[in-house]
Amino acid sequence: MHALKGVDFDLNTGECVALLGENGAGKSTLIKVLGGAHEPEEGMIEVEGKERRFSGPLDSLEAGVAIIYQEFNLVPGLSAAENIFLGIEPSNYGWVRKSEQNIRAMETFQRIGAEIDPKILCDQLTIAQKQLVEIAKALVRDAKILVMDEPSAALTKKEVEQLYLLVDDLKSKGIGIVYVSHRLEEVERLADRAVVMRDGERVGELSREELSRGKIIELMVGRSMDREFPSHTRNIGKVRLRVNSLRRGKKVRGVSLEVRAGEIVALTGLVGAGRTETGRLIFGADSREGGEIELDGRKLELRNPSDAIKEGICLLTEDRKEQGLILGLSVQENFGLPNLERFSRSGWIDQKRERASFSRFVEQIRIKISGPAQLAGQLSGGNQQKVVLAKWLERNAEVLIFDEPTRGIDVGAKFEIYQWMNRLADQGKAILMISSELPEVLGMSDRILVMKEGEVRGEVENGEGITQEKLIALAIGEKERAA
Amino acid sequence: MMKILKALFSSDYGMLGALLFLCVFFSSITYEQQQPVGEEGANQLSEEIIEKFPVAGTVLIVGKKGVDGNAFVEGIRKRLTREGWEIKGALTGGPPEFGRALRNVFETNSSLDLVACEQFFAQLPVVENLRKLNPASSEMRVMTPKSYGWPNFLKASNLLNVANQIAVIAILAIGMTLVIITAGIDLSVGSLIAFSAVLATWTIREWTGGVDASVFGMTVGCALAMLASGGLGLFSGAMVAYFNVPPFVASLGMMMVASGLAYMLSGGLSIYQLPASFDWLGRGDDLGGIPNAVTLMAVLYIAAHLLMSRTTIGRHVYAVGGNPEAARLSGVPVKRILLWVYASSGVLAGLGGIVMASQFRSGDPKYGLMYELYVIAAVVVGGTSLSGGRGKIFGTLIGAFIIAVIQNGMNLTGVQSYTQKVVLGMVLLAAVLLDMLKKRGWKLQE
Repeated sequence: MHALKGVDFDLNTGECVALLGENGAGKSTLIKVLGGAHEPEEGMIEVEGKERRFSGPLDSLEAGVAIIYQEFNLVPGLSAAENIFLGIEPSNYGWVRKSEQNIRAMETFQRIGAEIDPKILCDQLTIAQKQLVEIAKALVRDAKILVMDEPSAALTKKEVEQLYLLVDDLKSKGIGIVYVSHRLEEVERLADRAVVMRDGERVGELSREELSRGKIIELMVGRSMDREFPSHTRNIGKVRLRVNSLRRGKKVRGVSLEVRAGEIVALTGLVGAGRTETGRLIFGADSREGGEIELDGRKLELRNPSDAIKEGICLLTEDRKEQGLILGLSVQENFGLPNLERFSRSGWIDQKRERASFSRFVEQIRIKISGPAQLAGQLSGGNQQKVVLAKWLERNAEVLIFDEPTRGIDVGAKFEIYQWMNRLADQGKAILMISSELPEVLGMSDRILVMKEGEVRGEVENGEGITQEKLIALAIGEKERAA
Repeated sequence: MMKILKALFSSDYGMLGALLFLCVFFSSITYEQQQPVGEEGANQLSEEIIEKFPVAGTVLIVGKKGVDGNAFVEGIRKRLTREGWEIKGALTGGPPEFGRALRNVFETNSSLDLVACEQFFAQLPVVENLRKLNPASSEMRVMTPKSYGWPNFLKASNLLNVANQIAVIAILAIGMTLVIITAGIDLSVGSLIAFSAVLATWTIREWTGGVDASVFGMTVGCALAMLASGGLGLFSGAMVAYFNVPPFVASLGMMMVASGLAYMLSGGLSIYQLPASFDWLGRGDDLGGIPNAVTLMAVLYIAAHLLMSRTTIGRHVYAVGGNPEAARLSGVPVKRILLWVYASSGVLAGLGGIVMASQFRSGDPKYGLMYELYVIAAVVVGGTSLSGGRGKIFGTLIGAFIIAVIQNGMNLTGVQSYTQKVVLGMVLLAAVLLDMLKKRGWKLQE
């Protein structure tokens, strides 16, 4: 299998080209080729008219190409300045000229409008600051081309705005930028051009004038999609999940909520508002300091996730790689993990039954795998989420908590996940959807709870008149809006 | 060539290829002429004699002192007597006895048609001298069993020896494999060998009858020792599971505790007041000549393989090692699994101690010194990843055998024990290197 099949790509001075594609389309591989992490089997790379061979990260840096990966390459125990100059320290006979290093780091920070103390240790920086250190690192190495892999994925709204300004600024200084992203609205905002990839091939290019969500999605998915969210009609019943003044530390301070049968309730708010923590408390993943959880009018004593699973509550974590799946186990083993008691008799696993049940879901949910023995770590984000979904569907859970159900998932798979959520609601399950994607919140939920500082600050029925702006106002809180 | 090697090492039991290679290697360099001994030699030689001598005559039968020599002499004597031969003498001993017997025969003026002896005697100068001095001996023939070429390494007795010598380490390695799959380590197993051996023998000496202990009494002592070892393992497990103590430190502490307990209990001395039958497990061979310890090892490996590949516990162990948080959120009782794994390692180390006590028919606090390192080496060579989540039980068995075969092969070829350590260390490094290469897809640089 080839991850890249004869891809052409070009970038002009001072231009920002968005690189788009679903997960598994070959974007990451292309980036790794540019960064010298993978050597291409065929084809060539030219920088400023000169042919270059990148057989290691140093080669591409020398040619002026810097990659800013999603997982930063910073040494946590070193200062910002030390990280910036790592490997190219200004020195006299091996003695680092620290003050010069700090001054030059400061100057670079000023160039990109960053307010960071060069002497601060990198593990004390926020994600946005770390990103700025990475950019500074590229600039002191005279990078002319900056490749950024989903730079906005982990930033707050405000930080994202600053990033946009910085990108504009770098462009004006003649630096070419390759911007990889899943967020279509920022592509519209930033890109001069967009190159779309699918299945390792370049399938199209859109000029600034042609850029629109519809067009982009159509190219990415390979078919036209009129809508991002599937239509639904709801038949909402009795209250199934009731949570009363749940609390734990400063993150969750007395949260009460209800989810009824056949209802999708969205729990939204800014990062750090306590949404994920609330979900984890309901699932028993953390111990609660107070509050009650009721399912169908019955009080539950949940000491750990296993208790919650037995009661029919499940959590689809936001971070699938770290918490949702065991990447070193096969997809089937991952699928079986919470269901082993159904597939086993006195401790012996009936692997035939397990396989039969798993293959049923592979078909129903359309999970793309090479076989049940494929390792979970080898799947794309969308398929990983589908495996997670399959394991809880087999479990026949009554309450499903989806934490950022479509983060890092390509457009096509997103739609399918939404369809499944609707289908589960139709079956009378109670669904709590934790999400910071406001279009998703508005497109999928029946009721919206907005959290701030560990409390539910607002509750609205979804419908006409509810806009992203209103939700943001609730999430930020009255005080800040007044100021 | 590279492709074949890669394919070999890429499979789950990649080190099997290395083991086979070692066996072939040591077979080829230990190939030499072998003398059939004991009954085998007797049968072969008798047949040949009967074929060569249509008429029965007079014979002197000589063999070396010892079990094999006795069997050899007795076998030929019985057979040739039946055929009507006159036995002039049938003796076991060394060159002096042989010479005396020969002279005796000729001094009494009787004739001797044949000397049937082991190879060793045929080459002695005494035979040549006799021919020179005594013309009556010119008709005498000397016959020995026919030799044949066969590697010393591949002799059944040697192979069983290899298995028997590694049995204790291999049994401990089962528990260690489980622990390492959960991304832990158990340094206490070597000391637990000593603790268990001492506790079992001490219990038998003090409580259940000493030299006159019954089978029941011995069983009680052994069961108690295994339970106590399991208890100590459980304690390390609790430190790891409930207090997040790093496994290295928890088991390092337990290593010292167990060793100290063994010395305290025994007063630093060997405990040997045991019934003779206590060596049944370590030295007996009830199943067609296979040592009981080897049979026990085989049974345990099959059971552990089934446990790890077919049961919920096995699946949970892999899950805990692969990603404890994801496992917990999937409803796996992570803490309980950790407890169970360390307790199992303790019980198996206890069992290893009993096998060792039985092999030496005594308990000694110095048993098992440094064994934890060999056990860990076996697990790692067998392909289990120290970062957890990955590993196979039979891979560990192969790893243990690789170590045993290398040791045995070097012993057979007379490599010094100091050199042996260097070689074993290199093998361990090579195994880890191969594992890394495998993970990276056979690229030297990342």
